[in-house]
Amino acid sequence: MKVKVLSRNPDDYVRETKLDIQRVPRNYDPSLHPFEVSREYTRALNATKLERVFAKPFLASLDGHRDGVNCMAKHTTNLSTLFSGSCDGEVKVWNLTKHECVRTLQAHEGFVRGMVVRHCGTSFFTVGDDKTIKQWKMEAPAYGEEEEPLNTILGKTVFTGLDHHRKEGVFATCGQQVDVWDEQRSSPIRSFTWGVDSFSAVRFNPVETELLASCASDRSIVLYDMREPAPLKKVIMTMRSNTVCWNPMEAYYFTCSNEDYNLYTYDMRYLDRPITVHMDHVSAVLDVDYSPTGKEFVSASFDKTIRIFPKDGGHSREVYHTKRMQHVICIKWSADNKYILSGSDEMNIRLWKANAAEKLGVLAPRERQATNYNQKLKEKYQHHPQIRRIAHHRHLPRNIYHQTKEQRVMKEARRRKERNVRKHSKPGTVPVVSEKEKHVVTVVK
Amino acid sequence: MAKVSKKKVSKKSLRKSSTVTEETAEVRPDVVYDEDDDEDISKDDENISSEEEEDGGDDERKRQKLLEAISALGGKRQKKLGERSEAAVHMSEFTVNAEGEGDKVDLSDLIGTLEKTSAVPARTKKQLKNLQRTNKTIECPLSKQESERIQRDVAFQKASTEVTRWKDIIKQNQRAEQLVFPLDKEPTGPRPMERIVNGWKAQTPLEQEIFALLSANKQPINDPILTPAEEASMRAMSLEEAKIRRAELQKARALQSYYEAKTRRERKIKSKKYHKVQNKAKRKEFLKKFDEMVKTDPAAALEELNKIELGRMQERMSLKHQNSGKWAKSKVIMAKYDEGARKAMQQQLEVNKDLTQKLVTSLDKEEEEEMEAVDEEVLPDFVNDAEQGLDSSNPWMKGKLSVDPAEKVLSDNVDVTTEGPGAVGNPAEEEEGEEEVVETEEETLLREFDSRRKQRQAHEADAAPALSVGPEESTAEEPEASDPEEEELSQFTSLFRGIADSCREADAEMAEAAADSSHTDPSAQLEEGLVRIRALEDMELLSQQESASDGAPVVPPATENLPSVTPPADKTRKRKRGIELKEVLTKETKVIKVPLVPTMEDTEDSEEKLDQRGLIKEAFAGDDVVSDFLKDKRRQEDAAKPQVVDLTLPGWGEWGGTNLKPSRNRRRRFRIKAAPPPPRRDQCLPSVIMSEKRNSSIALHQVNSLPFPFQTHAQFESSIRAPLGRTWNTEQTVRKISKPKVVTQLGAIIQPMSREELMKDKKHVSAGSRSSVDSWKRKR
Repeated sequence: MKVKVLSRNPDDYVRETKLDIQRVPRNYDPSLHPFEVSREYTRALNATKLERVFAKPFLASLDGHRDGVNCMAKHTTNLSTLFSGSCDGEVKVWNLTKHECVRTLQAHEGFVRGMVVRHCGTSFFTVGDDKTIKQWKMEAPAYGEEEEPLNTILGKTVFTGLDHHRKEGVFATCGQQVDVWDEQRSSPIRSFTWGVDSFSAVRFNPVETELLASCASDRSIVLYDMREPAPLKKVIMTMRSNTVCWNPMEAYYFTCSNEDYNLYTYDMRYLDRPITVHMDHVSAVLDVDYSPTGKEFVSASFDKTIRIFPKDGGHSREVYHTKRMQHVICIKWSADNKYILSGSDEMNIRLWKANAAEKLGVLAPRERQATNYNQKLKEKYQHHPQIRRIAHHRHLPRNIYHQTKEQRVMKEARRRKERNVRKHSKPGTVPVVSEKEKHVVTVVK
Repeated sequence: MAKVSKKKVSKKSLRKSSTVTEETAEVRPDVVYDEDDDEDISKDDENISSEEEEDGGDDERKRQKLLEAISALGGKRQKKLGERSEAAVHMSEFTVNAEGEGDKVDLSDLIGTLEKTSAVPARTKKQLKNLQRTNKTIECPLSKQESERIQRDVAFQKASTEVTRWKDIIKQNQRAEQLVFPLDKEPTGPRPMERIVNGWKAQTPLEQEIFALLSANKQPINDPILTPAEEASMRAMSLEEAKIRRAELQKARALQSYYEAKTRRERKIKSKKYHKVQNKAKRKEFLKKFDEMVKTDPAAALEELNKIELGRMQERMSLKHQNSGKWAKSKVIMAKYDEGARKAMQQQLEVNKDLTQKLVTSLDKEEEEEMEAVDEEVLPDFVNDAEQGLDSSNPWMKGKLSVDPAEKVLSDNVDVTTEGPGAVGNPAEEEEGEEEVVETEEETLLREFDSRRKQRQAHEADAAPALSVGPEESTAEEPEASDPEEEELSQFTSLFRGIADSCREADAEMAEAAADSSHTDPSAQLEEGLVRIRALEDMELLSQQESASDGAPVVPPATENLPSVTPPADKTRKRKRGIELKEVLTKETKVIKVPLVPTMEDTEDSEEKLDQRGLIKEAFAGDDVVSDFLKDKRRQEDAAKPQVVDLTLPGWGEWGGTNLKPSRNRRRRFRIKAAPPPPRRDQCLPSVIMSEKRNSSIALHQVNSLPFPFQTHAQFESSIRAPLGRTWNTEQTVRKISKPKVVTQLGAIIQPMSREELMKDKKHVSAGSRSSVDSWKRKR
């Protein structure tokens, strides 16, 4: 008697190695899958929820300074090294992987105002309130050797900022004027003044390396070309800008952090209005730094928070705060686009994840695929109210929350008043001024 | 030169004088100025007579000094300034001398002696002379601020142009699907052979020998695909081909130029008749072609049809033939006084009507099919077509005119005034008046017919043979249509012509109707005003009467005509007209009077507003909104009703087979009637459709406004509909879809963009073009 049995060929369903994906015969005919949208929606919702669950951005706090951290510098060739200068003139070198200080030196008397690592990473410069520029060796002094700067330049006035050229041995300082120095000389090769008595920050353009931008105390941002004897242009705003940062991937964009709680992204060719106004902070913005991909930037504010903005977004995508963090004075985005470092008033340097919910370390391929898929799902369903609600929810300290609310009310009131004035005056006499134009006073050629 | 020399002189003199004063300082300490003077005087010829002078002047000076000393003794001392005369008078060393006291030293004074000195080259002399002739002064230099500003401006321009070079790369990166950082990372994986070979050098003697051999025999070393010889042959071939191509191009260009010249000449001909004839010929040609095309290439024919439809739409959109143009406005102003202007205006409106008439309406379809069923057996389908053509005069229009109750009343009122003369005599002249329009109409109609026939033929294949009713109308029209001259033509052509004629007839009728409506239409604008303003001023009424009276010798309004035409048609074949509102309407539509602000404004405003309203009315004359709305509502109501679910299975519990139906009892048992839905919310609201689909529990999860980057709802919906997961997509697709936008490498420093990127980009472009050229070559 012949017995018929069901038989299957194992080649059809057994995978060759255990690393392979399980072979699942599938029919992709869309008519067989009527609930694809709802299923994906559920997945997206879950992914969003999980993202919020896993969003733990704070990694470590580096303590050791005996005064507020006033400035920081990234190492140009080494990811794990960080330099920080405090208000008592002390400079510390940190090892980020070990979360420890590897070297401490008393660099200046008074504040350390600025710090920058040479483009090749062999030495670093500091400027301080004692009117000196000092160049230090990268290596710690050997046993018994004294900690001494390689080079000291005595200036006539206090220096408030410092930046180094990306390719050459040239650096720029600012104080009463913007000076460009050759490393080999003790006097500046160029110095720019333009009717302003003090500057708060100067930055080299990392792409077009000969260009500089500086923030002056007369509420202006001034552009320079190192090769030209005169400055290029300046834009005067309603309030003073504290720092400025160039986009490292897009040569003509820069962002400045302003006292009026906003950040402004400018195209250096068209200074008459900013490209984007980034709002969300509720107090003066003290520092800004671009991510090395040039897609986002992070800002530090007097309101004790750190916010991350997309470069073309008007509002922040993320806000970081902790109970103990006071006014954040300086901020850096690490060169591998993964971390953010903030130095604040209460003597601590904090290490954050740039992407709050990201899993650190090496991902297995399937894990990576899953995260990619989830990311896309979140993107796809981002406009759905439930998902939006979850994805956009952030906890804020009470006072910041209330301040935000207050700001909103004030803004609304101002808007209403303007509208009323317009309504009750002759048509055309009260023009509509856009938010972008509102903050620029004039452009000086 | 002159100045310089003068300066030198004065300097010299100064120096000398100073030395002299030093010498004589002890002797005469008091009289400083005089002394200077003396020195000045003396220095002219000091070489010759300095000593003598000193001797001579000494006595006098002593005396003077004595006198002064005496005077100083008495009382206060009066310091008397010595006289001072102009030094320049005496400076004549190089014959540099200005005439008179106030004169300046001129260039001529300086170069006076130049003529005589032969040592000076002639060229210099000439230059100096030229210089003398031109008495322009050099502009004074800019102030420091201004010059700085200019400097800054120039520098800024330079910097901004320099920066702008990055624009392409920035744009490219912004648009990129995926960016992988660090940017300058070398791509992993196998590199192309050429690059490896390029970087590599022959080192060992054996290798060197091999390479020497290869290069000696002209074998490829780097690019192993083509030998030089092959490339050379390729090049030769390409030259030949290039020549051929060039010749072709030349020919084409020449032909084109001839053609252009011809058309230009033709276009310049001013004779209207010529153009008329030409157009006619063209149309005929086109008709023939179109017929062919319908048979051979239906897609193209359809496209033509679409083009016509598009033309119609454009006409409708553009308001070209309405009363908004400059010409029309001027005519409107004149129309009160000038009969001709009025007529011209009317004509234009007619043109507009004709152009904007819709040819195909989806609503006709059922009746069409019915009609086919009627006609197909007896006649060739052209006839049907013609018939259809007759029917296709805008049903919307008809419906509207016949239905709108308020309007009807009014139009009746108007009719009383206008009815009577010239109802019959018009068509001919009407036709003549707008021959062109009619003819184009005819063309479009024909095209439409043909395309419809195509569709119908497809339908007929599966449509069952049905009712056979005598096609009276078409047959009746046939004989009258055929002209004597065309009788000798074949039956086909005659039929065709007949159709054409009949359709022309139809057009004429239509035109007539259009004329009527266009005549009544302005009044309709006003009528509208009247309806609304019935209780208001008489101004509108007055104007309306005017318009009614001035269009005296015109046909009776369409409202009269159309009902008289339609009833027999309804009798002969029982089919529905496009829309008979009375049939569609379940209850009387309430004419909702809107005693709102706009009407008040209307009464106050002048004609301008009215005009606009009239315009809008005109633009939407073809649409019947009310019935449309009602129909829509009814459709939605029907759709929302729960369906009866029939679960009977034939042959289950009974005998089954062909021609055996499950018993009634069984059917009743298995038919499930759903409970009636709750009453609709818009049940009592005649002018509102409220959707019952909204579900509040789902609405919580639904997007209620169109998110930013999307332009239309359809876009957004389609973006949502496309699934991303691997449940619905293949592995490859999933991988492609879920690529992250930015990829960074763990622990890699991302350097800022470097200038090399710019170079790379350029190189990439050039390399790309080169490679494309290569591939092109290889193909050949």
